[in-house]
Amino acid sequence: MSAVATYTLRLGDDALVAAQRLAGWISRAPELEEDLALANIALDLLGQARSLLTYAGSFDGRSEDDLAYLRDEREFCNVQFVELPNGDFGMTIARMLFFSAYQYLLYDRLSGSADPTLAAVAARAVKEVAYHRDHAVQWTLRLGDGTDESHVRMQAALEACWPYTAELFESDALTREVAAAGVGVDPGTFSPQWASFVDGILKEATLTVPVLPARVTGGRRGIHTEHMGYLLAEMQYLRRSYPEDTEW
Amino acid sequence: MPETAELAERFEATLAADQRIEPRDWMPEGYRTTLIRQIAQHAHSEVIGMQPEGNWISRAPSLKRKAILVAKVQDEAGHGLYLYSAAETLGVSRAELTDLLHDGQQKYSSIFNYPTLTWADVGAIGWLVDGAAITNQIPLCRCSYGPYARAMVRVCKEESFHQRQGYEILYTLSHGSSRQKAMAQDALDRWYWPSLMMFGPPDAESTHSARSMAWRIKRLSNDELRQRFVDMIVPQAEALGLTLPDPQLTWNAERGHYDHGPIDWEEFTRVLRGHGPCNAARMEHKRRAHAEGAWVRDAAVAYAAKRSVEAVSVA
Repeated sequence: MSAVATYTLRLGDDALVAAQRLAGWISRAPELEEDLALANIALDLLGQARSLLTYAGSFDGRSEDDLAYLRDEREFCNVQFVELPNGDFGMTIARMLFFSAYQYLLYDRLSGSADPTLAAVAARAVKEVAYHRDHAVQWTLRLGDGTDESHVRMQAALEACWPYTAELFESDALTREVAAAGVGVDPGTFSPQWASFVDGILKEATLTVPVLPARVTGGRRGIHTEHMGYLLAEMQYLRRSYPEDTEW
Repeated sequence: MPETAELAERFEATLAADQRIEPRDWMPEGYRTTLIRQIAQHAHSEVIGMQPEGNWISRAPSLKRKAILVAKVQDEAGHGLYLYSAAETLGVSRAELTDLLHDGQQKYSSIFNYPTLTWADVGAIGWLVDGAAITNQIPLCRCSYGPYARAMVRVCKEESFHQRQGYEILYTLSHGSSRQKAMAQDALDRWYWPSLMMFGPPDAESTHSARSMAWRIKRLSNDELRQRFVDMIVPQAEALGLTLPDPQLTWNAERGHYDHGPIDWEEFTRVLRGHGPCNAARMEHKRRAHAEGAWVRDAAVAYAAKRSVEAVSVA
């Protein structure tokens, strides 16, 4: 695959797996308004995934569904961060805070890409992600500075997610190549802005920025957590049970 | 202050003129409680209905179908919100209604006590269950209570889209491979009769109907609505190339309607009394989600209270 295709696939897989996880909240949220909000965010992420996978597949003639349903675990190149189980609502909010802050900075920069498709997808997505980030910020404040219990739960959630966040900012030969060509963004370049945004929100929420070592990861190379196989087994089973049928 | 008799007369005159009763208008207590019961049951049905369809979001067979299904289930949550808001105009809170549902004192549509076993069930729910719901709800757009009638206008627009997407799922399956067509037929076999039961017991045995008709909450009888539904779906099933599982279904030229076979009202009663395949699971899921979300709702209340104290001290 070309560098642009692989880079696009990374972003598409992040969005797809995040959407799959978030959609698991529907009918389980703490309030009906949150069932709506989380479904809406999942839908936005799924829309981003579809655009990105369609574009990534266009380089070698695969459809969005070929890429979503017919690849094995080792071929998915999302960060491990998005595949972790949902946990409690605090864990989901902690993940959405970190992820939406990351996606916002990423898409904001990517909207200036020399690749017109990536620029267009990013320009639309950054507007959506601004809302996702606001939603996560509002809940981080409520949970951090709400009750004693919510504070303890939110702090625990931050600490559970934190070691996986470093992977979002890993640079490698591919990110450097697409960044040098002006079509992609090297995520290491905006990690200071991310850290400063997150620090500010956590402080306002009376929470503490975790001081924890980064976990050894490898999602970009197809090295996933044990959770990923189950996520794919569920997502892909129907399509794979009917290998001859492509119209649904 | 006008006398009750005078207010009652005005109320009856409003109904007779086919005008709307609004939240601040005087209304008989029975009218209010009937509406609360009906609107709450409708709201609960939207919310519980998220479960059987939500059951297939993670496994939808294409990303497009997944997106449509998420949007649809999200619409159901939205309908729940409008309807709870309509009920709140009658002086009851959403939290009270939720407690009544959780305590088993209020019900939701029995149809959601059947399981969604295959992907085709998502299609069958859209076509038959949403189709039956629309048949019930179109006359409710002219219901005498203004907030409920207006909520129904919006709900019906969205439900009509849902019905089309369900039909389209079944159409794709029934025009696909033999395995896909068999999946569609199996779903139809399981959902057809329960969807006919959605209109409630036959007119002769319906407990609430007469009063609701007089109050113009209900416009058409259970059997009239059921007939409309059957007449609508017979040609649609033909277009799908699927067979409705009723050997007695025949066109009655004299009546100008289809006659259908007998409905198993014993099964309806058993499911209504809590002994359907999924009654326990649906309520357990709902209560658990509510209980697990308690700390989040408490945090939101505590945070809002702190902010309002700050706002007061700044002022």
